[in-house]
Amino acid sequence: MTTDRWLLTTNPMADTFQLEIVTPEKKLIDTAAEEIQIPGKNGYLGILPGHAPLITELGVGEIKFHARGEQQRLAVAWGFAEVLPGKVTVLAESAERPDEIDVERARKAKERAEQRLASGDTNVDVERALNAIHKAETRLEVAEEKS
Amino acid sequence: MPNILDIRRRIRSVINTRQITKAMKVVSAAKLRRAQDRTLAARPYAQMLTNVLKSLVARTEIYDPETGEPKHPLLAERPEKTALLIVVTGDKGLAGAFSANITKAASRFLESKAGKNIDIEAIGRKGRDFLRRRYPAAPVQTRSLAEAEESPETEPERRERAGAIQITGEHIGILGKLEFSQARNLADSVIERYEREEIDSVYVVFNEFKSVIAQRLVVEQILPIKEIGEQTIRLTEELPEEERKRAKEAAISAGVGMRESRSDDSEAFGTAQVDYIYEQPPAELFRALLPKYVAIQIFRALLESIAAEHAARMTAMDSATNNATDMIDSLTLAMNRARQAKITKEIIEIVSGAAAM
Repeated sequence: MTTDRWLLTTNPMADTFQLEIVTPEKKLIDTAAEEIQIPGKNGYLGILPGHAPLITELGVGEIKFHARGEQQRLAVAWGFAEVLPGKVTVLAESAERPDEIDVERARKAKERAEQRLASGDTNVDVERALNAIHKAETRLEVAEEKS
Repeated sequence: MPNILDIRRRIRSVINTRQITKAMKVVSAAKLRRAQDRTLAARPYAQMLTNVLKSLVARTEIYDPETGEPKHPLLAERPEKTALLIVVTGDKGLAGAFSANITKAASRFLESKAGKNIDIEAIGRKGRDFLRRRYPAAPVQTRSLAEAEESPETEPERRERAGAIQITGEHIGILGKLEFSQARNLADSVIERYEREEIDSVYVVFNEFKSVIAQRLVVEQILPIKEIGEQTIRLTEELPEEERKRAKEAAISAGVGMRESRSDDSEAFGTAQVDYIYEQPPAELFRALLPKYVAIQIFRALLESIAAEHAARMTAMDSATNNATDMIDSLTLAMNRARQAKITKEIIEIVSGAAAM
């Protein structure tokens, strides 16, 4: 528990927190950051150092964070996040950097989902199709803003 | 008398074979290293998920205060009428007894459950081929969960079984390039069937892989979840001593580390002794996370099985290379003997020919 105590007693006025972004496949990011925006399930959360402890589920969206004065962006989908005053941990089922995103695949996934919705078939899982569209759109947005 | 030319030809062919097995061993060792890294990379996520769930258990009422029944279906135990067994083997051969050991363990498990209905999901071509010869495939799919939701008034018709033991799914070729989404899809389908009470428990049989020398065959219970963060092992089997020794030798000669790699400090996640703000009600969060927990457990089993398969192939190829070397040595000896015998014979012929003059 020693690490916890350290995290909780860090100076709330400190200007950075430790940020970790982890997926089941790898640890994507482990750095000090000044600010982060997380796509929570009920809407975006902006977090600065010294935030009160919080746990939230992630939705589909874009994570933006400032690390060493530089803004970075990631497309994430599903998972959850824990916020402590000195540390933010994001567990995302999928997380991609803009340059890792396969634009072609995202576009196809979107088309497929849209066709499913438009087909009028009652067997279509509407929620799933909407989620797929949302996810594909987020990936496209993140990928395009980079270029 | 053996022909020198024939022996020489055989030596050349064995040398060629040795070259192939040696190359395969090196490739397997490299793949093993990568697979080990992946199991490690998956650990922080699994650990953090477990920790959050544990802390949520303390904060939400997962048991109904009146009846004592667990509120979440994935935790509820009910009489086991139908069990689901996920059999994880390899897609390719030339890995010694790797797949055979697993199918054997699976058969033993099936025997121990005799009298109950068992559905099988086969992962990997080797296990699929074995199981398919023995058990029938299930009749085609019933309605998906989505349809059942749309028209809940119609009772979902009970599926006819092909037999007490049947194969409900085959997953071939996913092990070569495993992604988390594949494990999640499998978990989703399993959970769906579990919630519809088509199956009452879920087990995975696979080769657990902590390191080259710490391996065992296990049957792990995945559903219902007994205790979060604890493996519920039903049946284990250590690898035979001899095989472990060979694996060790192979690992040393291929330069693969044998130490179990430590996990890092990710244990701290979600366990801080503070009152969290929950963006969603804890109970809702708990419900959302449990299926992920099942998925990550299946994912872990698959990753470990992949590592174990590469380790088994590396070991098998190492012994094959050694055997080839031995064979070359004895063939070379035989060839030299034959050559010497030929020379001796020729000298005798010349000498006796000269003496006869």
